[in-house]
Amino acid sequence: MILEIKNISKSFGGVHAISNTTFAVKKKQIYGIIGPNGAGKTTMFNIITGNYKPTNGEVFLDGTNITNLKNYKIVHCGIARTFQSIRLFKTMTVLENLMIGMDHDIKYTYLESIFRLPRFNKEEQKSHQFATEILKNLSLLEFKDQLATSLSYGNQRRVEIARALATQPKILLLDEPAAGMNHSETAQLATLLQKIRDDYDITILLIEHDMKFVNHLCDKVLVLDYGKAIFEGHISDAIKNKDVISAYLGDKKYA
Amino acid sequence: MQKPSKNTIIYTTLAIIFLIIAQSFFDDYTVRILNNIAIFIILATSYNLINGITGQFSLEPNGFVAIGAYVTALVLLTPEMKMDSFQLEDPHPIIMAINLSLIPALLLSGVIAAGVALMLAYPVFRVRGDYLAIVTLGFGFIIKVIAINSPAWTNGAIGLNDIPSLINLYWTGGIAIITVIILLNIIYSKYGRAMKAVRDDEDAAAAIGVNTMKIKTYAFGTSAFFEGVGGGLLAILLTTISPDLFQFFLTFQLLIIIVLGGLGSMTGAIIGTFLVIGGSEWLRFLDANINLFGFDFGAHPGLRMVVFSIILIIVMLFAREGLMGKKELSDIFKRKVK
Repeated sequence: MILEIKNISKSFGGVHAISNTTFAVKKKQIYGIIGPNGAGKTTMFNIITGNYKPTNGEVFLDGTNITNLKNYKIVHCGIARTFQSIRLFKTMTVLENLMIGMDHDIKYTYLESIFRLPRFNKEEQKSHQFATEILKNLSLLEFKDQLATSLSYGNQRRVEIARALATQPKILLLDEPAAGMNHSETAQLATLLQKIRDDYDITILLIEHDMKFVNHLCDKVLVLDYGKAIFEGHISDAIKNKDVISAYLGDKKYA
Repeated sequence: MQKPSKNTIIYTTLAIIFLIIAQSFFDDYTVRILNNIAIFIILATSYNLINGITGQFSLEPNGFVAIGAYVTALVLLTPEMKMDSFQLEDPHPIIMAINLSLIPALLLSGVIAAGVALMLAYPVFRVRGDYLAIVTLGFGFIIKVIAINSPAWTNGAIGLNDIPSLINLYWTGGIAIITVIILLNIIYSKYGRAMKAVRDDEDAAAAIGVNTMKIKTYAFGTSAFFEGVGGGLLAILLTTISPDLFQFFLTFQLLIIIVLGGLGSMTGAIIGTFLVIGGSEWLRFLDANINLFGFDFGAHPGLRMVVFSIILIIVMLFAREGLMGKKELSDIFKRKVK
């Protein structure tokens, strides 16, 4: 188990966004979190990435407790994320966006950069190479020196994934990666995610509303409703599950 | 040490040649303005690091400039001169004990200003945006009040006189060149990239592993260091300093410079300094008696500032992002290729 979520609860004042949810993700799995709007999916992401502190419960990455780490430290531990709405650095090129993700890996000090000591060049070149490699793998190399925000929507999404990969994560958290994409783009994305999983040996945890995409891609899904986990298992079983159906469509008696 | 790029060498050489020519051939008045411009280049470019590059809208430079000016002045004055000029109270023993030459004095100014900035960074950067502006604005006022109310350290509201005038263009211009080179080295490193990332989207930067608090503190400390050094140079240029000299207007002037030049562009900050500091000097003829086509319009003191403001408004209307936007000189030549 690479990621273990144990009895997580989170309330904002009187609102229980998540109550007592437990699940675990295996290495190299593609794990989906689905559920109606407001079910607490993004809150769960924010807890895993350290943007929110849970009211209760713990998060373990590879056996170490990361619940109380700051968000940027959790990235250094190996969890990277993308956002529901694209949040690229708008004044920077695609390559620079990736190199921000490598900030922690580029090892020279402030003084070394001021006086341009030898390590500066070596490290810059190394990171430049690594970023270029990721871009090549995600077939974004041709946009390397363009402003990130000048790319098409689909490509911006890929840059966001590339930027997350640049942090060399063990787990990649994708918040609605297929949102706003058409069928062919969604299909391309699915292939890309499988390729990333195999090439970089990483685990992927994703939130998505596109059921076809989830069905095609995810090894296992967790269904959240009003902050409670109502189902965990394979997607084909989920759509037959009574609780899941009532969560999405309402109870029969009201129909 | 990495070999500097061709552009750096060319620009630096040109600037040095200009300094030598100016110092040897220009008249005193022009040299004094150029000194002023060089000092404001130091202040504006370093202010730009925190305001333009890191995007933290802060209004504190007058505080750091004041610290730098006082430290340099106090350290340069000889013990006898201090005994003479401190009228309200005897100077503090520490102040009597320290007496350094110019370069160590300037470095000390920078280090103390940076030290204050580091202490300030943690409480100050807990807030963002407009709130940060207000919090940092308070700092400038605090420094002024401290300067007025601690006569043993600063000679209170009277200020310090007869600071040795060690100024010449080689000091001011040379330090300005070094400042710009150092700032550019920071900007074109991972630290500069992280600063820009904080400006563009602070939460996203933190979400991909940038320690945003640390980066902001670096930018703030560096900016304060050079503002301290610039303040020290200002003290030896003016030879007289008092708490009233470092009002909010100083910050405001720097803000005009970097907004006019383009927030986030060092080239812009330099051009902005020439326009604002030089421009307001060159427009001085407007304050004198105006004689047009044989008609005598008389003297209108203040006309200079009116015209100057109109020019500023026109520039900002046509160049919303400032003259240079976020581009540097080298970007303009590079982008053409594409």
